[in-house]
Amino acid sequence: MTKLKLGGLFLASTVLGGTAAFAQDVTLTIESWRNDDLAIWQDKIIPAFEAENPGIKVKFTPSAPAEYNAVLNSKLDAGSAGDLITCRPFDASLALYDAGHLADVSGLDGMANFSPVAKSGWSTDDASVQFCVPMASVIHGFIYNKDAFAEVGVDVPSTEAEFFTVLEKIKADGNYAPMTMGTNDQWEAATMGYNNIGPNYWKGEEGRLALIAGDQKLTDEAWVAPYRQLAKWGEYLGVGYEAQTYPDSQNIFTLGRAAIYPAGSWEISGFNGLADFEMGAFNPPVASAGDECYISDHTDIAIGMNAKTENPEAAKTFLNWVGSAEFASLYANSLPGFFSLSNHDVAMEDPLAQEFVSWRSKCKSSIRSTYQILSRGTPNLENDTWNASVAVIRGNETPEAAGKRLQEGLASWYAPHQ
Amino acid sequence: MSSPQRPPRIKWHVIVFLTPAVLVYTAVMIFPLFATMRLSLFTEVEQQRMFVGLENFKTLFGNTVWSTQFWNALGNNFQFFIVHMLVQNPIGIALAAILSSPKLRFAGFYRSAIFIPTILSFVIVGFAWKLILSPIWGIAPSMLDAVGLKSLYAPWLGREAYALTTLSLVSVWQFVGIPMMLIYAALLSIPEEILEAGECDGITGMSAFWKIKLPLILPSIGIISILTFVANFNAFDLIYAAQGALAGPNFSTDILGTFMYRTFFGFQLQLGDPHMGSAIASAMFAIILIGVCIYLFGIQSRMRRYQF
Repeated sequence: MTKLKLGGLFLASTVLGGTAAFAQDVTLTIESWRNDDLAIWQDKIIPAFEAENPGIKVKFTPSAPAEYNAVLNSKLDAGSAGDLITCRPFDASLALYDAGHLADVSGLDGMANFSPVAKSGWSTDDASVQFCVPMASVIHGFIYNKDAFAEVGVDVPSTEAEFFTVLEKIKADGNYAPMTMGTNDQWEAATMGYNNIGPNYWKGEEGRLALIAGDQKLTDEAWVAPYRQLAKWGEYLGVGYEAQTYPDSQNIFTLGRAAIYPAGSWEISGFNGLADFEMGAFNPPVASAGDECYISDHTDIAIGMNAKTENPEAAKTFLNWVGSAEFASLYANSLPGFFSLSNHDVAMEDPLAQEFVSWRSKCKSSIRSTYQILSRGTPNLENDTWNASVAVIRGNETPEAAGKRLQEGLASWYAPHQ
Repeated sequence: MSSPQRPPRIKWHVIVFLTPAVLVYTAVMIFPLFATMRLSLFTEVEQQRMFVGLENFKTLFGNTVWSTQFWNALGNNFQFFIVHMLVQNPIGIALAAILSSPKLRFAGFYRSAIFIPTILSFVIVGFAWKLILSPIWGIAPSMLDAVGLKSLYAPWLGREAYALTTLSLVSVWQFVGIPMMLIYAALLSIPEEILEAGECDGITGMSAFWKIKLPLILPSIGIISILTFVANFNAFDLIYAAQGALAGPNFSTDILGTFMYRTFFGFQLQLGDPHMGSAIASAMFAIILIGVCIYLFGIQSRMRRYQF
């Protein structure tokens, strides 16, 4: 009997001791859609943070990208969401802030390391409040097959005329599809097409902000000209591009069957593992030599704090760390193609990623034109831009008609354009 | 000790047997249906849910941005349905007639082979056919090439004019087993005596099918038509799996299901609007209800008179 009691006592004491030790540690849970990055978070990022901040444990719990918004919303409504929340850019996160789910993080020390453009994706419309700490951006441009370029004997184009000469020569050579992109999934045509080459025409931020202010219209030359270039792409995209999907395009390029791939920098790590030829990259060619170049350096991912978290201090410690030089370097090097948005000087090892990021110093950065404010109403400008870009490439709609249709759609609900 | 004069007792066993089904059906079908209809009468302004009556329906049918999408989706839905009625059901009936012929060998094998696609997931069917028809990796171009018909090949799923018909035919391929099975069962249930009596009067072979069997399976054909109608107007999966929520190219494959999904759950930068989504879902329910009523009161009641 006594033995039993004693045993029970020991047991109880270990349980008590256990919980006491446990209570000192705060566990932060991160909600994210980047389930591809699970290993990188668990093996590199979280250990680095935990080593510096004893007493705080971090758990990364991603869900599938397509379900993330719905899953997160229901978790937030039910009060079961994690302490830290990975933020989609613009309206999706703004809606969460407006609903009181995301905390104001403008005052964090770490926020000092970001430029206004970097913060624009996660600020209120008047830029007075930031609700997420920017993590990374993706840069658009063209990735090319260096072997194919050498074989055909063409150089990297820097102007639009040169670009089409290159395409024409590769087409005449016949061994490679000049460029590979499909129109089946639609978004590539807008994201890697229109918003990739567009900033050169509408002069990046200048045109984008003027469009938001209502000073420029989608029927203006600057906004129709990119469609004019897209209309010429169709004949270089290879057989059956109308039914070609996004994974098809990735495979065609990495199998070495196409010379040029209109890209987003997130492709880098995937392509590095698949392609057995040397790859290079060039920024969208400008109209004539010597023109200022612009690139789409799109704010893509950030992290914020659940307003109802039980561990606000620990969460703030983590967010400050996200703004540090250490995180910037760790993240950019673990995930080549996702570039730090901070002002820290980040050294990267991947040559292709270096090439992409080098454009930041010679060109001016902008973000995708349709993302801020303009896709808030019905009809949705982003969806319409997908549709119009595809229609123009396939030759079903003239560039002018596309511009007119988009402008009418935007003007139907957006006051500055009425 | 019950006497025949006592009032009939409550039939507990009936209640016990019915309750589970009624509870489950109420929880997963009836309640959500009415909740959806209720939701369509509200809207959200500044984080507050507000009752707006039929305002959402007014927007859906009165605002050209919404109504053009709605009518486009409805038109495509009808085209989807018509292809099924013209291709799936006649082929299903023909297959059943062939299968029920006693002279056919390996009937069991054909029956299973034709029925198997029906139990496949939409995602598998959509993905497999996308690969088969792919201009890049697909076997369709090379098969056509092998018989010298390469010129007939086009990237069908990527062309506005063909995409919906192509997807309808893929769906027909998947579901042709269902009318086949139902008709097959109906054909087997026709009494031998009737056929033999017909034979005595000199009705054999094809004319036996047209004059005796077909009139007798008409009720089954009616059931199949209405099942096809309901399934087609509720369709969503195949289009979503093959063409995505924007139902490209240029909304040529957009049906009510994908339109509702896009609106309800949102898409890319378009935030979800459960209230407008519910309005579309209620409209879909109304369309299906009207279709089923036309069948029940207009066609089925008339059809009974021809039976025995």
